[in-house]
Amino acid sequence: MAETKKLAIIASQGTLDWAYPPFILASTAAAMDMEAVVFFTFYGLPLLKKEIDAKVAPHTNPAMPMKMPFGSPGFQAFNWPVPNIISGNMPGFDNMATSLMKETFKKKGVATIEQLREMCQESGVRFIACQMTMEVFGFSKEEFIDGVEYGGAATFLEYAADADISLFV
Amino acid sequence: MSAIASSVEIDCKGLNCPLPILKTKKAIDGMQSGEVLKMMATDPGSVSDMASWANRTGNEVVEHEEAAGTHTFYIKKK
Repeated sequence: MAETKKLAIIASQGTLDWAYPPFILASTAAAMDMEAVVFFTFYGLPLLKKEIDAKVAPHTNPAMPMKMPFGSPGFQAFNWPVPNIISGNMPGFDNMATSLMKETFKKKGVATIEQLREMCQESGVRFIACQMTMEVFGFSKEEFIDGVEYGGAATFLEYAADADISLFV
Repeated sequence: MSAIASSVEIDCKGLNCPLPILKTKKAIDGMQSGEVLKMMATDPGSVSDMASWANRTGNEVVEHEEAAGTHTFYIKKK
């Protein structure tokens, strides 16, 4: 194999669904003998917290299927038409949708975000937390997992300048 | 049944992308060059993914068979 390929990802979203792509791609890149860096900024930053509390908000995403992870195959395949006035106003709706999505992932053999994050770190993926966002949102390093680097746009771009693949998620 | 002898076996049945790849890589890392890993998966995407992974890492899928939804890969470490 020629020189090591490099992957650079910016993770800017902190919902459960959008938390997946950066960790899946970075861990897989490492498994394919690539170098990988994930730069966590804005709403992506909470994904570095010791306890991840990512949720989904169905009323912000009309394309999200609303399906049940239990019952007969026909019941599970049914896409529930939930009007925005309910999904956006009913207290606890996001929590319920989050539990359903987590249950579905588990049943389909999909790793949790925490597992994928751990596998990234085990395989040498570098995590960089955006220092500016930390100041703005009032996060402290103590809230984050160990092994995180801290830096800004220039830190990311120095690496990304030599990257073969750069993604903004 | 395959006649290929494997020194390590991992079961990734029921696991979905990217876990079969991540577990395969982990197992391969602990093996010697030339040894064969037997990996079983039910994720249909693993067929294309294993080929791509092998392509990039230089390891070789020496055989792939499918029976009743289970894919069995024999991977020789480079």
